[in-house]
Amino acid sequence: MHIIESGNVAAATGVKLSRAQVIAAYPITPQTPLTEKLSEFVESGELAAEYIPVESEHSAMAVCIAASTAGARAFTATSANGLLYMSEQLHWAVGARLPIVMCVANRGIGAPWTVWNDQQDTISQRDVGWIQIYANDHQQIIDAVIKAFRLAQTVSIPVMVCYDGYLLSHTYMPFEEPAQSSVDSFLPTFAPTHFLDPENPGNFNTVTLPDVRPDVEGVIAPGYIEIRHTLHQDLRAALDTFVEIDREFKKEFGRGGNPLIEEYRCEDADFVAVCIGSLSYQLRDVVDGMRENDVKIGVMGVQMYRPFPDEAIVRALAGKKGVIVFEKALSYGNQGALYADIKSALYKSAERPFIHNYILGLGGREIKTQHLLDALTASCTSPDTFEDAPRWIGLKL
Amino acid sequence: MENQTSILNLTEEEFVHPGNRACSGCGLSIVYRTGLKALGKNTILVVPPSCLTVLQGLYPVASTKLPCVNVTFASTGAAATGVRAAMRALKKADVNVVAWAGDGGTGDIGIQALSGACERGEDIIYICYDNEAYMNTGVQRSGTTPQGVLTTTTPIKGKLQEKKDVPAIIAAHGIGYVATASAAYPLDFYDKVKKATTLSGPRYIHVHTPCPPGWSFDTRYTIKVGKLAVQSGLFDLYEIENGEFRLTGASKNLVGKARIPVTEYFQTQGRFKSLDQEIIQKVQEQVDAKWARY
Repeated sequence: MHIIESGNVAAATGVKLSRAQVIAAYPITPQTPLTEKLSEFVESGELAAEYIPVESEHSAMAVCIAASTAGARAFTATSANGLLYMSEQLHWAVGARLPIVMCVANRGIGAPWTVWNDQQDTISQRDVGWIQIYANDHQQIIDAVIKAFRLAQTVSIPVMVCYDGYLLSHTYMPFEEPAQSSVDSFLPTFAPTHFLDPENPGNFNTVTLPDVRPDVEGVIAPGYIEIRHTLHQDLRAALDTFVEIDREFKKEFGRGGNPLIEEYRCEDADFVAVCIGSLSYQLRDVVDGMRENDVKIGVMGVQMYRPFPDEAIVRALAGKKGVIVFEKALSYGNQGALYADIKSALYKSAERPFIHNYILGLGGREIKTQHLLDALTASCTSPDTFEDAPRWIGLKL
Repeated sequence: MENQTSILNLTEEEFVHPGNRACSGCGLSIVYRTGLKALGKNTILVVPPSCLTVLQGLYPVASTKLPCVNVTFASTGAAATGVRAAMRALKKADVNVVAWAGDGGTGDIGIQALSGACERGEDIIYICYDNEAYMNTGVQRSGTTPQGVLTTTTPIKGKLQEKKDVPAIIAAHGIGYVATASAAYPLDFYDKVKKATTLSGPRYIHVHTPCPPGWSFDTRYTIKVGKLAVQSGLFDLYEIENGEFRLTGASKNLVGKARIPVTEYFQTQGRFKSLDQEIIQKVQEQVDAKWARY
């Protein structure tokens, strides 16, 4: 069934179809309509879930952590400062290996206060160990939510589904709502092997020593560093798992096929513009225009940012003349985080393209197509004038 | 509430393994052992960082025979909410969901999550053990440290402010059951926990747990010190059930009788040694005024 709705409602519909059992959320712009819709689904009986209107984002994630530890499928959503307020809990959720799914409607971070879109909120949380998937349109939002629940419980790692605040959260687009029966066959019930159970009591997230330690029967149990190493290995393996899950999703629903990166006119391109989120679709217009003037250029959207799909990115970019990375976030005092990651991935390839970094759109500053065209033209025509430092687009200094 | 349980009919079933990591003379270990007997097997525990985290042992060994989820410091009330929500979603109704936290984890960093859970009417039991400072990190002042007490962050003058009345704050949420108890009267605590299991909605029990290293007294005096706190009228045992306040147990028996002077309680502990006469006099007057209202 095709419907026309907002990105937030696309996300809420994905949560409903995924049969989340415990939902906890605290309102924050621009995530709010998503949680409003979920509370409506629950109150109306359309979704058989517990909806907990908590008193903070920290508590929202606490509810999800505890409910997931008890064996329920848990969901929350937030933006910006709300995400940062629960940052401690993000670490906790992934350390406890809980398959929580969270939507983040990306928004800039205060101070000063801003409610508008950039991606500093989720990019700043890239190192916590959550899987991060970015959606570029409403169809990708609803599909990513459903895939995220499947991925999270397959690898026992929580997943963030991120989409640009306002640009996607509050705009209306047509998208297909999958049939419940199809989602049910794609997404099995959450049935954890370990959960809070009086019949089989366990102590979860206990103090763990630096070294390994025998249990009462003499079996050696891992220390903290082994547990964290396992997490990292499992995160790396999640790249392939997500490709497989996306393949099965495509079989069931006929959509997908670009789980890690989404390439547009890249095959014969000399230059590739790279970014995260809905900006990659805006860049398609610019690229189409440049192609008419015989510049061989394409666009690559990074769909999964953590774990970082370095091999797929190297495959896509090695041998190109130039890579131009646009970012709505910054590792302050250094460079764009994606830019640094891509440079690092390309280090091992024999034919390294030049690589430039642009910072733009922070705090919702309008991204004009002409600005993108000017930036790409400068990069493609005089690459040697660039330093290994980001240039800022649209500054009015 | 009349005490129903005696040492003769207290259940022999244990849910805490002996040889756990509590300090000797620990007031918490008394109430933990007794409280879990009252809660019984069909219980899920939610525990933030506190001495209880240590008592429960280091991975992969645990001292508690009940399922337990360790959670972040500020999140206890919300985490208990999440366990209960999962129980409802999974149709497992007949489980006690019990949060068990220290005084700092309850009245300071955890009060927001607890207040939220009380306001929402969550079906949980919340037990706060009050050793009147951050003991697990080495005796720093908390909101529930009494005035004048020496801690490692009030090392010379003692704490300047008065003790935060956490059970009164929780009672102000209008929840159905608030009670106080003391490690010195474990069977009174047992009966209050047992009673809480028969009720629903948010239930809060605040239990006073003397701490030999933190309060600076010999480990054999835990019960004596706890009893003096009650018998001097400083820490009162009561229940507030559906808004109705009543003294219970040893506190109830004090009504109309001469109480031990608070200074006798203060003299048993090194933490009070910098108290001046002015504060002692003020505290005695406050206690007398409070008891005049009972």
